Amino acid sequence: MATTTATPTPAPKVNRLGLPILDYRGGKTTLCAGCGHNAISERIIDALYEMGVQPERVMKLSGIGCSSKSPAYFLSRAHSFNSVHGRMPSVATGALLGNKTMTALGVSGDGDTASIGMGQFVHLLRRNLPLIYIIEDNGVYGLTKGQFSATADIGSTLKTGVINDLPAIDTCTLAVQLGATFVGRSFSGDKKQLLAMLKAALAHKGTVMLDVISPCVTFNDHEGSTKSYKYMQEHEEAISEVGFVPHFEDIAIDYDEGSTYDVTMHDGSHMRLRKLHEDYNPTSRVTAVKALMEAHEKGEVLTGVFYIDTQKPSFTEMLNMVDEPLATLTQERTRPSKQVLDEIMAKLR
Amino acid sequence: MATGDVALGQQASSASAHDASKRVINDFSIQVATVNGSGSQSANSVLLKSIFGMGIPVSGKNLFPSNIAGLPTWYTIRASKNGYVARKKEIDILIAMNAETAKEDILSLPAGAVAIYEEAQNLKQYRDDVACYPVPFDKLTAAVCPEARLRKLVKNMIYVGVAAQLLSFDMTAVEAALRRQFAKKQKAADLNWAAVQAGYNYAAESLTKHDPYVLERMHATEGKIIIDGNAAAALGAMFAGVTVVTWYPITPSSSVVEQLIDYLKKYRVEPDGKATFAVVQAEDELAAVGMVLGAGWSGARSMTATSGPGISLMAEFAGLGYFAELPGVIFDIQRVGPSTGLPTRTAQADLLSIAYLSHGDTKHVMLLPGSVKECYEFAIAAFDLSERLQTPVFVVSDLDLGMNNWMSEPFDYPEKPLDRGKVLTADDLKRLGEFGRYKDVDGDAIPYRTLPGTDHPKAAYFTRGSGHNEKALYTERPDDYQNLMERLNRKFETARTLVPHPIVVQTGKSKVGIIAFGTSDFAVLESRDQLKKEYGVETDYLRIRAFPFTKEVHEFVASHDHVYIVEQNRDAQMLSLLKLDLPAEDAVKLRSIRHFNGLPIDARSVTDEFVLQEGII
Repeated sequence: MATTTATPTPAPKVNRLGLPILDYRGGKTTLCAGCGHNAISERIIDALYEMGVQPERVMKLSGIGCSSKSPAYFLSRAHSFNSVHGRMPSVATGALLGNKTMTALGVSGDGDTASIGMGQFVHLLRRNLPLIYIIEDNGVYGLTKGQFSATADIGSTLKTGVINDLPAIDTCTLAVQLGATFVGRSFSGDKKQLLAMLKAALAHKGTVMLDVISPCVTFNDHEGSTKSYKYMQEHEEAISEVGFVPHFEDIAIDYDEGSTYDVTMHDGSHMRLRKLHEDYNPTSRVTAVKALMEAHEKGEVLTGVFYIDTQKPSFTEMLNMVDEPLATLTQERTRPSKQVLDEIMAKLR
Repeated sequence: MATGDVALGQQASSASAHDASKRVINDFSIQVATVNGSGSQSANSVLLKSIFGMGIPVSGKNLFPSNIAGLPTWYTIRASKNGYVARKKEIDILIAMNAETAKEDILSLPAGAVAIYEEAQNLKQYRDDVACYPVPFDKLTAAVCPEARLRKLVKNMIYVGVAAQLLSFDMTAVEAALRRQFAKKQKAADLNWAAVQAGYNYAAESLTKHDPYVLERMHATEGKIIIDGNAAAALGAMFAGVTVVTWYPITPSSSVVEQLIDYLKKYRVEPDGKATFAVVQAEDELAAVGMVLGAGWSGARSMTATSGPGISLMAEFAGLGYFAELPGVIFDIQRVGPSTGLPTRTAQADLLSIAYLSHGDTKHVMLLPGSVKECYEFAIAAFDLSERLQTPVFVVSDLDLGMNNWMSEPFDYPEKPLDRGKVLTADDLKRLGEFGRYKDVDGDAIPYRTLPGTDHPKAAYFTRGSGHNEKALYTERPDDYQNLMERLNRKFETARTLVPHPIVVQTGKSKVGIIAFGTSDFAVLESRDQLKKEYGVETDYLRIRAFPFTKEVHEFVASHDHVYIVEQNRDAQMLSLLKLDLPAEDAVKLRSIRHFNGLPIDARSVTDEFVLQEGII
């Protein structure tokens, strides 16, 4: 320990683990200036820092695309796996089977999820794998220079004037229907809401599906786009106000039980969802899907937490594995004895 | 259908025709023609295990349709005092239980063969050169089995009894095999044994033996086991300490994982009821292999099992595994392609696609088991190699080996501890300060890795299928890319020194060599004896057991005038791989013998082709 100091510099602000926010940063982004994805990376850093997550206890996973590059831009002290296009869910599944004690954070895009990755995405939801799955959703393929993706709204246009004539796939509706236990939508520009949702996501055990509208400043931020900053500012409609009280903060905040859902998360934290819509009920799949479809009909982009279930067992719990990571079990526990082989051989004689 | 390879109406040469006066002892094949879903499997298993129980070397092959029930199925049993276990081209004894194929079945027999069939079929009208034994199966079945719904199943045991009497089976061995087959069902055992006896008594009283085939007790199977290759591979995986198993069901590989699940549930659950494994049935083969690589990346011993169509789907991930250096074991139980092909027939035709699976400059390590014992041993070796080399390893078996029952010496308990490869721990990192994920520190081109969760601020690295330098950072620099690709090539050279060596038989008397691998081995072993006995030709033999080829393969080709590559595909795939690897002066020495009709290769086909190409006749 340093005992002498000439000029005391103010100690950097640290979190509950004693780590400064610098320890949660990543490499310098190579995405476009103003890209929504960069704002999401910042919120991920904030959430991990504020929740006091040990960086080495996180695995970052992604597919292919602009979105999938972003794990390089946060949390350098965590292992990261930039896999193949649309197949991150399977890699994340394997990684979590190997080590279920890790916090897994997956970053995907709308193309990576709703087109090439649809097959794996729906099965991920079905399994309720304990993975935070973030779709950085801009409605276009950026790296290949601006083609429509499957989340682009019908009638929206490309910069070139081409009109999208196919309906959008709503990843949130799918996620609610197929078994994800935490489903929400946010906007990269909505700092407060996104941060609260990410912190709650870190407290949840099960598939968290967050669709985050994240405008592409280069290819899809124009008049005619429904994924632009301007469009979101004009059409975002929050279904609930998301508040979050982490388990390690002993703060009693009064809330109105009639208008607020208090959700006790797996780690003891509380997510407080204040109703902004009359029929809002985040514990019902039926009302969640109804609200999403109604908002869509009205041309609104509904945000907030749509569905939460803290009771359903996660995929790794269902498999009834030993407590320690399978990856590092010793030979004594994974190679049966010679007696076992002899017994099997005797039966085959 | 002429599954015996003898064309309709065409009679085989007199070499295989026997008259009743000369006894043929412990050297013949039995073919049971049935309908799939009719429950003949137990009866056929009893026949096979009775012969095994009599100490006579035996092998069984199931030739089945891609169908649930109602289509023709043939089960072939070969008893061979010489220990030959390859498919025998000629059928000596036909048990014709399928009315639909009965005429074709008897027409395909060589002269001098035997046919046992339902009396009403009157198959004798088609052949006067086959020893015919008509049996009133339905009548005999009804007499022993009052319950009508069981008759379809019990009927099969009647033919066991008839065959047992005609071929001089030891009835104590038959009863032992049968009681074992129905070990947990006393009532079923009694009923089936009564049926066997009814068949036996009928034959004894009503049939007069007029063929030469008999069994006599030997002592050649003592201590041996009977197992299929997929169960053997599953056992190997369990004793290799596999922890993550993923799969998508596909014939003929499903039974690898199904049997592995049974073993794991029995032997890998801890006293508190928790499993030291995870098994996931994936949504498709892409997901199955993605999970394998994700698990391998996290440090688990992971595997999947598939067949040709699955291999095609795994191509992209295979490239990622090679390029990002991820361990994982993939069992390919080959079936006939291309495309859906013949899903229930065997081939060795995935070699080229696996060797270079995925785009770009990619190549993979393949282990090529040639016996059930090697299915077990190579499964264990595959996990060690995969973690040692940090790359996917393919164990390439086939339907014949995987789904059929084979005699084997019992398997040995692995002596070597698990080789988990170059993994740095937090303590290592404290000592080293930092590490370069893709840096060749030891000169063997194998870098060090860390596992997610390693508690050290410098442990993490970024895994990617895009360009990366020694520190795993993104790069598009020409020298970084080229250095990486050259190191991966050097790593493949390291693999060459670690994979199983070939089995070489050098007679010292021959300038002609034969190379084979996998299940072609059984036919080649028998063919070499035929060549010696019938033509006085000595041959040297090398059985390849892995790709990349070890130096012995090069030496073998170099030391012979010419070498026949025997394989079960159309395009001479092994020969092609060898040509790419051998120096030009040796590549020209290679000749090809191929068998690709979906049936397992037989010795006679090899011998005939060898003789033709050698110009011996």
